[in-house]
Amino acid sequence: MENQMKAVISHSAGTHSQKDRHFTTNRKKIIQRVRWNNFFRRLFSLSTVFAIGALVILLFQVWTDSVGWLNPGFLTRNLSIFPEKAGIYGAILGTVYLMLVVIPVTILLGVATAIYLEEYAQKGSIASFIRTNITNLASVPSVIFGLLGLAVFGRLLNLGSSILAGGLTLSLLVLPIVVVAAQEALRAVPGFLREGSYAMGASKWTTIWRVVLPVALPGILTGGILAVSRAIGETAPLVVLGIPTLIMRIPKSLSDDFTALPIQIYYWTLDTVLTKEYANLAAATIVVLLIVLFMMNSVAIVIRNKYQRRF
Amino acid sequence: MTIETKDKGIVYDVKGLNLWYGQDQALRDINMQIYKNQVTAVIGPSGCGKSTFVKTLNRMVENIPIVRIGGEILYHGENIFDKSVMVEELRTKVGMVFQKPNPFPKTIYENVLYGPKIHGIRDKKVHMEILETSLKAAALWDEVKDRLGDNAYGLSGGQQQRLCIARALAVQPEVILMDEPTSALDPIATQKIEDLINQLKENYSIIIVTHSMQQAGRISDKTAFFLMGELIEYDDTSKIFSNPAKKQTEDYITGRFG
Repeated sequence: MENQMKAVISHSAGTHSQKDRHFTTNRKKIIQRVRWNNFFRRLFSLSTVFAIGALVILLFQVWTDSVGWLNPGFLTRNLSIFPEKAGIYGAILGTVYLMLVVIPVTILLGVATAIYLEEYAQKGSIASFIRTNITNLASVPSVIFGLLGLAVFGRLLNLGSSILAGGLTLSLLVLPIVVVAAQEALRAVPGFLREGSYAMGASKWTTIWRVVLPVALPGILTGGILAVSRAIGETAPLVVLGIPTLIMRIPKSLSDDFTALPIQIYYWTLDTVLTKEYANLAAATIVVLLIVLFMMNSVAIVIRNKYQRRF
Repeated sequence: MTIETKDKGIVYDVKGLNLWYGQDQALRDINMQIYKNQVTAVIGPSGCGKSTFVKTLNRMVENIPIVRIGGEILYHGENIFDKSVMVEELRTKVGMVFQKPNPFPKTIYENVLYGPKIHGIRDKKVHMEILETSLKAAALWDEVKDRLGDNAYGLSGGQQQRLCIARALAVQPEVILMDEPTSALDPIATQKIEDLINQLKENYSIIIVTHSMQQAGRISDKTAFFLMGELIEYDDTSKIFSNPAKKQTEDYITGRFG
């Protein structure tokens, strides 16, 4: 047995005699490569540290500014010109109302568009032109959507600076995100599930409704939540729409004027030159907004991880 | 004409069938008759058009956009490509089982009742009847009766494939098309599916694509040998495997190529 092994080893060594080896290792070069590797590893980890560091500094600063100002009363009181009495109840309600418009509009329109593009549209040049441009829309600056909203919803449809006008504008802004996310979720549904359904005599719509959508739902929801959280944080389109600076009235219906969390932050920050304490109020509002956004993003991540299917 | 073919027990009468994927012709002038309550095996090397042929029988092949079809396929005397024929209706009469088990990511219960539900059966009592008879017919009932609410993807590959057969049976088709149903399964699961096919042919006409000639020999009554998109030979399985008429058939079944 041992002899055999030796024979095998010597044989394999013999097949490549030192003479006809054209491949030689150069120790120096290998050491150099290992050094480069270490250099890049440090460089990249430094970039990560930089990103996280910036976030930490930002959060720390905001947090220290808000300490003492962020209390239950702050959440339940309405606006006031006296900083000690001011609260963001109206802004919270405004944001909630906005979402009542944005969520149904984007989910319905976005998913419907995605279903059409992915499942029904002929795979031709027109469809791919539309697809490309939806992706392009996702990168249009939000100010421009604000101008569109002002022209169409504010002026043309005469909705002014109401919740409806703001909600519809934000819906347009995040619609491309939902469409793209839903398209990806639909595309990820394996073809053999569709085939299984068609082979049972199911129509296209039955197949979409009963097989494709349930499988794609987690992906669609994840995209939807991320889009909505983007809409919650948007300021520019609302500023362009002309949301009033100081609203003392709590909005009661979708046609009322309103203020929202990011708008409140924006105006308080602007007015810091007049009243120093507004900076603290802005910081406290930022903390509230960030907590809401972090929570929504966490929910999106949980959904994505929990329902990720493998076939 | 219609009555005549019914008397002979002919399910499918394929006449001059040609099929192209874009510019490539996949099926060339196929003529054959498929009989009732028999197992018809379709064999041939990879790329010979056997899968395409079977998928044409329930028009699943048309889901590929570039497909063009010529000729006709009479199903009980009616051309399935006729404008009056709805694919949804054809596919309830002609069920299909795929190469890779493809249950829906739903419960076992929901999988079997998918067909009955989409075709409008709502009665819970009928549901339970269909569930039991279909799973029993697919020889799966005993293994799953205590966990009908479990997700189908918790089953083994062989069980999943039998679930897919049960799902196909639940809409009471007349024909079952099987596209290499055991190629993703181990020998024991394969054995079970083959036994099942033997039992099912009493009530159904089965057309099965297989890359295994042994399997064709074991389970089929008739065998069709395809090569390069042409139907080379079609006869009783015993004849094909003992005394084939064509040289190409003999070369293939004796393992000289393919």
